[in-house]
Amino acid sequence: MVVVATRDLQRHSVLPFLLLGFLCLLISPQGNAVVLPEDRSDAMYHLYTGGGVDIDGPSILVRKQVLEEVSVSANYYIDSITSASIDVETYASPYTEERTEYKFGADYLRNKTLMSVNYTQSDENDFEAKTWSFGLSQDFFGDLTTLTMGYARGDDTVGRRDSDFAEDVDRHNYSVGFSQVLTRNMLANLSLNIITDEGYLNNPYRRVRYLDGNGGQQFQEEVYPRTRTSTAIAARTANYFSNKAGLHTEFRYFQDTWDIQAFNVQAKYLYPMSLPFYVFDQATFEISARYYDQTQAEFYADLFPFVNAQNFMARDKEMSTFSNYALGVGIDWDFVAGFVEKGSVSLHYTFRHYDYENFRDARLSLGEDPQFAPGEEPFYDYSASVVRLFVSVWY
Amino acid sequence: MSFKKPVFLVCVAACYLSGCSSIKPWIKPYERYNLAEPVMAFDRHPVDASYMNHAFQARESARGAEGGAGGGCGCN
Repeated sequence: MVVVATRDLQRHSVLPFLLLGFLCLLISPQGNAVVLPEDRSDAMYHLYTGGGVDIDGPSILVRKQVLEEVSVSANYYIDSITSASIDVETYASPYTEERTEYKFGADYLRNKTLMSVNYTQSDENDFEAKTWSFGLSQDFFGDLTTLTMGYARGDDTVGRRDSDFAEDVDRHNYSVGFSQVLTRNMLANLSLNIITDEGYLNNPYRRVRYLDGNGGQQFQEEVYPRTRTSTAIAARTANYFSNKAGLHTEFRYFQDTWDIQAFNVQAKYLYPMSLPFYVFDQATFEISARYYDQTQAEFYADLFPFVNAQNFMARDKEMSTFSNYALGVGIDWDFVAGFVEKGSVSLHYTFRHYDYENFRDARLSLGEDPQFAPGEEPFYDYSASVVRLFVSVWY
Repeated sequence: MSFKKPVFLVCVAACYLSGCSSIKPWIKPYERYNLAEPVMAFDRHPVDASYMNHAFQARESARGAEGGAGGGCGCN
């Protein structure tokens, strides 16, 4: 029996430090230029297609200042999902479902400090998530530096479509961020985010496979640890060039108590230009590239040697060792109209490719005429397209 | 745990910074017009950024520290 242990979880140990740090800033004699978010509305259609999965739907965001120091927002979002992914084709049946998400928020500006409260609820027929979040933001050093801090509490219920199975997940999310003006043409941002989960962390539909001792394979349910703590650190820059273009860069590092380590790097170049059209006379073009790489969870295996081979077992491809890259292009057309301050129509496209290093295509060793023996199938890879079409107005 | 130390240091730094009222900003407000350009915003399209973060996170194990944390250019 192989035993995999998770590390101790100290969920609330960083919260006193975060609160102490921010209280010091609240009593600071400095602080200026923190402002409420802009009044704006966005209506978006999004589409993800790839790997046998099609997901599309709308997202509508409305934000409005209602009092001199208060701004409120609401976001309505839908995912309509049709899935015949490799996981579904390996040991389940294709399905369709819908996820609906509502988000309500309020920002309050007081004594040069911006306080934010948000509530998000996401509903599916087999998953329900409720999240409360609280954030604080303040500028100091003559507005050259912005400190943000946040805490979010999530309460999820995991179910199954085919039974009355129900399990809870308790989530805590702590974040700290610094934004810094470095030069007349450069901004930098550092952020730290710690997330703890406790409860049922499996996907209840996913299975692991194991050798049955007769040259074949069988499947059994995944078993995950009931706790997970992750830390993510990110550094970003925004650079302005003399041709009025902008360049954004990002590096992010991630690790968790399941022994997963990951990083991603990203660059995005934005170039505004004038167009010879009466209403749509300005546009901003955008190209981006992103690379992501991760190592596997310590309890992951593509093929276990026998049934119940470990106390924790996963064959979720998101727990495997893999990398992906994304290439994106986009355009924002700005327009002016009498009833709004300004507006834009945006179309963005991103191509992604995923390469798995130790997740094999088990479909090829199943059925009446398998092409490969279990454990000898080629490694899985797939490509996906992501499209976003949206209209934004400021008023 | 490994993440406690950096968090503690960040918060101690915040305490010290709050007492540094005599430090002069090295970029004057009138020198920040480039920083206020839309192409410099960390979060130009919140609805799109939120969607893309969700779309990446659903297919990767990494999570957290997505997006920009506030402005910082003092040019709003």
